[in-house]
Amino acid sequence: MAGVWEVFRRERAGAAMQHAGSVAAPDERFAKIYAREQYGRRGESDALWLVPRDAVQEIDEFVDEFDLKYRRVDGYSIRERLREARELAGTSLREVPGETDA
Amino acid sequence: MDARTEEFVAHVQSGGLVESGDWMPDEYRNRLLKFIEMHANSELMGVLPERDWILRAPTLQRKLALTAKIQDEVGHAQLLYRVVEDLGKPREACLDDLVAGKSKFHNVFHYPTYTWGDVGVIAWLVDAAAIISQKALLKCSYAPYARIMRKICWEESFHILHGRDVILTLVTGTDTQRELVQEALYRWWEPLMMFHGNPIPADDDPMVHWRIKSQPNEDARQQFLEGYVPQVWELGLTLPDPKLRRRDDGVWEYTEPDWGKLMAVVSGNGPASAERIAFRRLSRAEVDWVARAVLAEAA
Repeated sequence: MAGVWEVFRRERAGAAMQHAGSVAAPDERFAKIYAREQYGRRGESDALWLVPRDAVQEIDEFVDEFDLKYRRVDGYSIRERLREARELAGTSLREVPGETDA
Repeated sequence: MDARTEEFVAHVQSGGLVESGDWMPDEYRNRLLKFIEMHANSELMGVLPERDWILRAPTLQRKLALTAKIQDEVGHAQLLYRVVEDLGKPREACLDDLVAGKSKFHNVFHYPTYTWGDVGVIAWLVDAAAIISQKALLKCSYAPYARIMRKICWEESFHILHGRDVILTLVTGTDTQRELVQEALYRWWEPLMMFHGNPIPADDDPMVHWRIKSQPNEDARQQFLEGYVPQVWELGLTLPDPKLRRRDDGVWEYTEPDWGKLMAVVSGNGPASAERIAFRRLSRAEVDWVARAVLAEAA
């Protein structure tokens, strides 16, 4: 009986594969024909990947239990501390080239 | 409304997106499914008037272009039925309902074609009207539909060019050719003015409430008039509405279409409705053996 294949397409060499859509087909041979027609007939793809839907493993929860934000840029608040450091150094009123005071 | 539904409404109304595996209220799923099914049906039924002209296309080049356009439209139907299937209704069931007259398709595909002029007007103006609605659907809250719409809009842009090329060739040809375009415009203007539906205030439109649609019907029609009436007029062609004019504030005035007639047409009482549905039923029966052979071989 028919199955569903998820189709990924690459626009040009070196680009990432991106999910394009899916095709329903009786078997892999037909899935390939349908995917080629549906996602490549105008030369809009350089390569296609077909993956049986059942083979896709999904992860959609990313719980930050331990507040690991020190791994990210938003884990650092530089501005306040920089202001404090400048005041201590007595340079807080000096214009810093290329910086606008926000 | 329960708390979960309220949360869902707040999510979609504030621009949130929904994926096929996400929980969704039954009403949302049903409205979405019916809407996308009608869209898919329209793509599939929309090729029938064009199919009639493959063998009668005036040149080989036109025949090839028309065939390619038809392949695109059938491809759109397949992509859309896939989205419908993931919402819970199998394609076979959609096709059964279509040939049984239980589901709808767009009004413009319920009308006959008489000349090559009709083919030009369909490819140019019907596709132009359709692409206005489809571009607005890029913002649909249901992400799988919005993604497919990106691909569809990309392909439709070729079709409008093809249609415009057909029209320009005819209007720069003989008097008879020019007359074909003018007559076809007269035939298609009423269905085109009905295409985007009767004006419904956004606050009363459940499709806007669920953010399945974000463009009110009248906005779509105004956009169509603004974009295309000047293009028709600049070719020296006329449109069959004496009230049609652009006001100083940019709003187009026109004769109000008969919305009761639109309802009757999309309910299967248009001039070509019965013939088109019968043809779809026949071709479905004729190719049934192909589907069975393919499935038997794959089994």
